[in-house]
Amino acid sequence: MNISSNAVKPGLKQWLTSDTPQSRWQAKCGRAWLGWLKFTENRLAMIGLSIVLALILVTIFAPLLAPYDPLAADLTNRIQSPSAEHWFGTDQLGRDILSRLIYGAQYTLMIVALVVITAAPVGLLVGTAAGFFGGWIDATLMRITDIFLAFPKLILALAFVSALGPGIENAVLAIALTAWPPYARIARAETITVRKSDYIEAARLQGVSNMGLILGHITPMCISSLVVRVTLDMAGMILIAAGLGFLGLGAQPPMPEWGAMVSEGRQFLLEQWWVSTVPGLAIFIVSLGFNLLGDGLRDVLDPRGGD
Amino acid sequence: MTAATRKSRDGRTRARLFSRTGGSLVRILFSLIITFVGLLLVTFLIGRVLPIDPVLAAVGDRAPQEVYNRVREEMGLNLPLWQQFFVYIGNVLQGDFGRSVLTANPVLEDIKRVFPATLELATLATIIGVFLGVPAGVFAAINKGKWPDHIVRIIGLAGYSMPIFWLGLMGLLVFYLKLDWVAGPGRLDAFYIDFIEPTTGLMLIDTLIEGDMDLFWNAVSHIILPASILAYFSLAYIARMTRSFMLEQLSQEYILTARVKGISETRIIWRHALGNVMVPLVTVIALSYANLLEGSVLTEIIFAWPGLGLYITNSLLKADMNAVLGGTVVVGAVFIGVNMLSDVLYRLLDPRARR
Repeated sequence: MNISSNAVKPGLKQWLTSDTPQSRWQAKCGRAWLGWLKFTENRLAMIGLSIVLALILVTIFAPLLAPYDPLAADLTNRIQSPSAEHWFGTDQLGRDILSRLIYGAQYTLMIVALVVITAAPVGLLVGTAAGFFGGWIDATLMRITDIFLAFPKLILALAFVSALGPGIENAVLAIALTAWPPYARIARAETITVRKSDYIEAARLQGVSNMGLILGHITPMCISSLVVRVTLDMAGMILIAAGLGFLGLGAQPPMPEWGAMVSEGRQFLLEQWWVSTVPGLAIFIVSLGFNLLGDGLRDVLDPRGGD
Repeated sequence: MTAATRKSRDGRTRARLFSRTGGSLVRILFSLIITFVGLLLVTFLIGRVLPIDPVLAAVGDRAPQEVYNRVREEMGLNLPLWQQFFVYIGNVLQGDFGRSVLTANPVLEDIKRVFPATLELATLATIIGVFLGVPAGVFAAINKGKWPDHIVRIIGLAGYSMPIFWLGLMGLLVFYLKLDWVAGPGRLDAFYIDFIEPTTGLMLIDTLIEGDMDLFWNAVSHIILPASILAYFSLAYIARMTRSFMLEQLSQEYILTARVKGISETRIIWRHALGNVMVPLVTVIALSYANLLEGSVLTEIIFAWPGLGLYITNSLLKADMNAVLGGTVVVGAVFIGVNMLSDVLYRLLDPRARR
């Protein structure tokens, strides 16, 4: 087993680092491999990657990992201190905090994922359209972007949620509405650098439509800077989502959302400090993970952005 | 080149520079107005998509149809949407945000009452953030890649990743509940609260005006924890930006020249390099100040700080839309204003930005 995998490795490595790639696919894999090598050198980025991977694994395997039902109240076991049975103790309804944390990971990841798949395409579309067409379309779209960019994010999200009503979907919508403008800015900047390129002209001469040019030839050029920015923003999204949860405007009880859990523990802060502390720590670690990962990705994918 | 032509050329350049600055100032003012109208449009639309019928909220659901119709007309809700928007702009420009259902006061009056508390908190936090963040950034830049740099970087990253409401709770737990080093929530001890007449609304200054040092130290003991926690967030940002500005300056040739001339390293760093960093730093500090005005929302809730953030969230939880939207407009306007101000300052301070 070991021998065979060792035998494959040199061949694979050679294939990846070949100076004369035989196909576009091989060249792409080679680039990715070099990027990965550079990424693994960055210890902090690797820590970030492990945190994010751990979050994803916990999300997927929550039912297997959680020792208790996160919603099962047990009033005889209220606010217990951490013990062998309940590693992080129990909350005011006797629910196991560890199990609630594990299920809470699902909400955190879900909110981030939903915000990203809502906000990133919108930003990408607005930005590429503005950069590609120029003129009054550019001016109008960028003016709208600037208006949204000039707003204080949390306050705007608060106002949106207050109008739409509390709940996790509305929190996602509110965060997405405040998240897209930077992506539009980035996509526009990238579009402007490539729109006059020869390869775009060549594609146009071959009869590719404007829509086809934007989607097939310009959008791919924006992806790497966008990925960096989105990863860095994920930490901020987690914090805003947790803030909304803390205010009671995000996920509604009894959902085990981390921000709401911090808020529920407030009343026992003096004697049972772990009820608030532990979920807050989880928010901190996860958003730190996204920040570290984003920093590492920036060094690899977008050398200009680093200092 | 004769002295005369040089002089006239200088004069011409200066005139052109001035007119260009003037031009860009007009453009800034124009975009300021557009952005502000955009802000109003968004708050207006938020107010309109609200599922609660504002007429029903005013007359109650038992009111007869005629009363309902009359109130609807009085509130201008029968007009087309765009006309309502213009009415709304007119009202906001006159400072009329409607009446708060919760406090029964005009919203503007409420905001005037609570704003100084937020201002005091954010200002103190920015001062702390600048006094710690700038030196931290400079030290990180001088020791690039060594342990002071890593420490500053880690402190900064932690600041970016920390949920502020949680940090506030932990601060209360450690420094108030356990160690008892600082006073708890609120701006003054409940015992003192009736002793003070709000003159400026800034507690630290009001107590000094009264000359009551007991009150002053009580106020300090109340504000120091929330201000430090807010300051941590601006510190993280300011230190990071200072570091990257300093690195850029330290790689310039004039630094090399200064070193060759034998100027002491301290002077090179703190006078020459930092002097040039100050201009972009002003922008950064202004931005972080605007962010703190907003970031204080969650802090104010933790510390029961009677500022704008607490006002907005309390109104929000009671579905008091006039107050929420009024507060949003004020915070948004301050935010936009400070952003633009930092832009203008940058142009005025940095001669290169005028070209």
